[in-house]
Amino acid sequence: MSKLATIGHRLYTGEISYDFIGHRRRWYILSAILIAIALISLIWRGLDFGIEFSGGADFKAPTQVNAQTVDSMREALGNSGVSDLDEAIVSTIGDNQVRVQTRTLDPTEEVPKVRAAIANEVGINPDQVAYSLIGASWGGQITERALIALAVFLALVALVIGIYFRDAKMSAAALIALVHDVMLTIGIYALVGFTVTPATLIGLLTILGYSLYDTVVVFDKVRENVRDIRSSTTRTYSEAANLAVNQVLVRSINTTVIGVLPVVALLFAGAVILGEGPLKDLALALFVGMVSGAYSSIFIATPLLAQMKEREPDMKKLAARVRARRAKESQKEGAAETPGSAPTAQLAADVAASDAGATDDAEPSNAPPEKASAAAGNGAKPMTVTYKTDVRSHRDGAAKRPQPQNKPRSQRKK
Amino acid sequence: MATTTGHPGRTLIVLAVLVAGLITLMAVSGTWTPKLGLDLRGGTTITLTATNTTGTGTVDPNSLQLAKTIIQSRVDSLGVGESEVTTAGDNQIIVTVPNVQQDELVRLVGQTAVLRFRAVYAAEQVQPPEPTPTATSEPTQSATTAPSDEPTAGASETAQAPSDEPSAPASTEPSGTGNNKPLPALPTAPPVPLDKACVPADGQGTPPDKALEWQPTEACQTAFAEFTCETQVNDVADQGLFACNQEKNEKYLLGPTLIEGNQLATAVAGIPQNNVNWVVNLEFNSEGGAAFEQATREISQKTEPQNRFAIVLDGVSISAPSVNEAIPGGRAEISGNFTQKSATELANVLKYGALPLAFDVSEVSNVSATLGGEQLRAGIIAGIVGLMLVIGYCFWYYRGLGIVVVASLGIAAILTYACVVLLGSSVGFALNLPGIAGIIVAIGITADSFVIFFERIRDEVREGRSLRTAVETGWRRARQTILIADTVSLLSALVLFVLAIGSVKGFAFTLGLTTLIDVVVVFLFTKPLMTLLARTKFFGGGHRLSGLDPEHLGVQALPGSRSRRPVVPRPAVLSEERA
Repeated sequence: MSKLATIGHRLYTGEISYDFIGHRRRWYILSAILIAIALISLIWRGLDFGIEFSGGADFKAPTQVNAQTVDSMREALGNSGVSDLDEAIVSTIGDNQVRVQTRTLDPTEEVPKVRAAIANEVGINPDQVAYSLIGASWGGQITERALIALAVFLALVALVIGIYFRDAKMSAAALIALVHDVMLTIGIYALVGFTVTPATLIGLLTILGYSLYDTVVVFDKVRENVRDIRSSTTRTYSEAANLAVNQVLVRSINTTVIGVLPVVALLFAGAVILGEGPLKDLALALFVGMVSGAYSSIFIATPLLAQMKEREPDMKKLAARVRARRAKESQKEGAAETPGSAPTAQLAADVAASDAGATDDAEPSNAPPEKASAAAGNGAKPMTVTYKTDVRSHRDGAAKRPQPQNKPRSQRKK
Repeated sequence: MATTTGHPGRTLIVLAVLVAGLITLMAVSGTWTPKLGLDLRGGTTITLTATNTTGTGTVDPNSLQLAKTIIQSRVDSLGVGESEVTTAGDNQIIVTVPNVQQDELVRLVGQTAVLRFRAVYAAEQVQPPEPTPTATSEPTQSATTAPSDEPTAGASETAQAPSDEPSAPASTEPSGTGNNKPLPALPTAPPVPLDKACVPADGQGTPPDKALEWQPTEACQTAFAEFTCETQVNDVADQGLFACNQEKNEKYLLGPTLIEGNQLATAVAGIPQNNVNWVVNLEFNSEGGAAFEQATREISQKTEPQNRFAIVLDGVSISAPSVNEAIPGGRAEISGNFTQKSATELANVLKYGALPLAFDVSEVSNVSATLGGEQLRAGIIAGIVGLMLVIGYCFWYYRGLGIVVVASLGIAAILTYACVVLLGSSVGFALNLPGIAGIIVAIGITADSFVIFFERIRDEVREGRSLRTAVETGWRRARQTILIADTVSLLSALVLFVLAIGSVKGFAFTLGLTTLIDVVVVFLFTKPLMTLLARTKFFGGGHRLSGLDPEHLGVQALPGSRSRRPVVPRPAVLSEERA
């Protein structure tokens, strides 16, 4: 049996859980480093835009590639009778194609000459030299359209997010995750120096949709878990959100794996079989973006959301109530479990703390009262510390719970 | 969609009818393979961008349509077949021609239409090269009708020997028998290139108002004698020109431009009152009208063939009527032995020539058939590998439920294929490489719907429902999520389709199409199938390979069979961690 499925179940009930929100600094730092690398490479190396954006000509001819292919092709270009071809880039694709990229050429005068020169060099008919040509002004127009597309798409996605979540903080967290994914993808392109083509751009825009969808899946569950949170003292917002992430973790992994597998196949076909072209460009952008989208929805978007929500006065009060209740419960528990050694109830907490090692059974519930009481005594404690406390107490509490604490869905609001 | 809960069998029959219907449609249209884009079978795509030469910036949609028709006929004249000319956006024309790599095509398509009125200096019958099947008009304009019965009539087609008439002087030999201008018989090769022969030594052009005084040099006349209709000639406005008519059975030595095409306001084909023959009515703007009156006055005084003027489009004389009198008022009528078709064609050509549009070759993309085949192969391999990976993962993770995934993806594949084929044969949708990529990416989107559904069923079982109930309640919740996911995907596909330029549009299109198909498959196939499977012993009973077994779900026994509530064991992992 696959381990993942049983893990999935235990994640669902909260029986095992990873503290995504408590460890958020770790992931923020990781993302910050990645984005810094992306930005630096973007500034330092820039993006390599394809001829579609700048205008130019691209010739491809089948040939048996050897060590001299590039040099002899360069020479052939020099003798083609077309001026200003010194800047031309000659490269080989795999072992059976040679590629020549030049400035934009006149379609009726210069293209036939260059084609003939290339064909002559590799010994084929000029008609077999495939080429594409982009006029300089056309390239400018494509760039303009691409920028418009990007802006329109971002605006629309922001709108969809706003309408769907109807919550400024959720929208903000989702948007940040989105920007995060796009930045990382662009960064990879800058870092590795892949050529940016219209296909790349389409891939990039598609990522926006995917990233949004990933975030929707997680946030939906968060919403479900926090629906009645104000009227109860079971969990803080962060805990509810953390449970949601754990509950959808397996699904997120499955969704991402299943989404990425065909993209991997595309990438393989595009990069290995064809070498160049829209398949590779699309698949690469999608691949990076999808992985990043799954990562950001779990490690970035949800912690951000929880962090922002915990700042609300409501949620602060809730957190205080939850802490108070837990402190009370653990006091009771401590008193019940160590009846002999605790003469007075008012010192129960301290006693429970000092008894930490005494009873194995009480161990999981030991830490919370200790710190919770400390927190109760000092209201000005930094948020992060109380966070950790809460989450740990939740985690430990889960271990004691035999049943999932959330109500069956049928009993919640329809 | 309401039927999906109650009658799984009925829903499946609906789907079966849908699939059968699509297959029948394919059989009826007789196409079983999708229409492939040029990047998959080789060919040339040329994108032209029109700009308004009057400087107002906008391009009139009607003008663009007309330009499209003319460019189509230019491409057709190459006889390449299966070519396609479409408009895109508000100022683009896209020409796609399969399996043609000729540089000639780009030259022909990209060239700006130049319509000019020029005086005929000399005309000469020539042997047509070969009867071309693509000739746009029959020799219908060969007969003369005197323009006597129409007061407005100003010009009429001159008598020309029909191309097949045996009495036509054979003039393959270069020693020209110019109609009334005996040419020097010296067979000396022209010292300058043919089309430069008529440029005066000082290179000065002749403005329209002096055009009628233009006289060809001797070198020019020699060159004309050697000129054949196969020779390409540069059409320069203020210089003389060699041109042939469309049937290539008459060649002309023409003077510099008298009237530019843009001085022609409109051209309409019609039958005048009290007449039975088709004519083409021309209307000039005021400037053009004045020039035309002036020109016709002078020309009408001259003798054949100098009493004719030629209407030259793209270096070809599309009509060379003779003039009997001065035509005032900026209106003229070309009569001849027109049919409705030929008159309309001539009118269209004239209108096109008058279009204030200039075309710019924005993009040429040329894929050899070999490369196209390779791209197709790579696309198919990627599709198969992607499908196998997804199916493999689903079997590994969902065990027996993998069968549901395979069956659903199979149905989705059949529907997608049928839709692509039918869209190809009905609206000309051509599947290109980004399109294939869209379909492959959609495998993930489609399979994701199953993941959502299956995970929901499992959640329901974990919360204590029997499997049969879990399928139904899980479906109600999963349905929402699937619809939201598909809406997001469909929306982005739509926006991408609107915003994308060129071939990447194909990606957005197939992504949107397959998303819709995903909805159909999940609602009409996967859900009813699951309902039926939940009734079987293998799945409903939680066989250990079914993917719904208690161990797999982490419950001790399937609810509804023995124990009512699942009992969760104490977590060993955590206490170890804490120890």
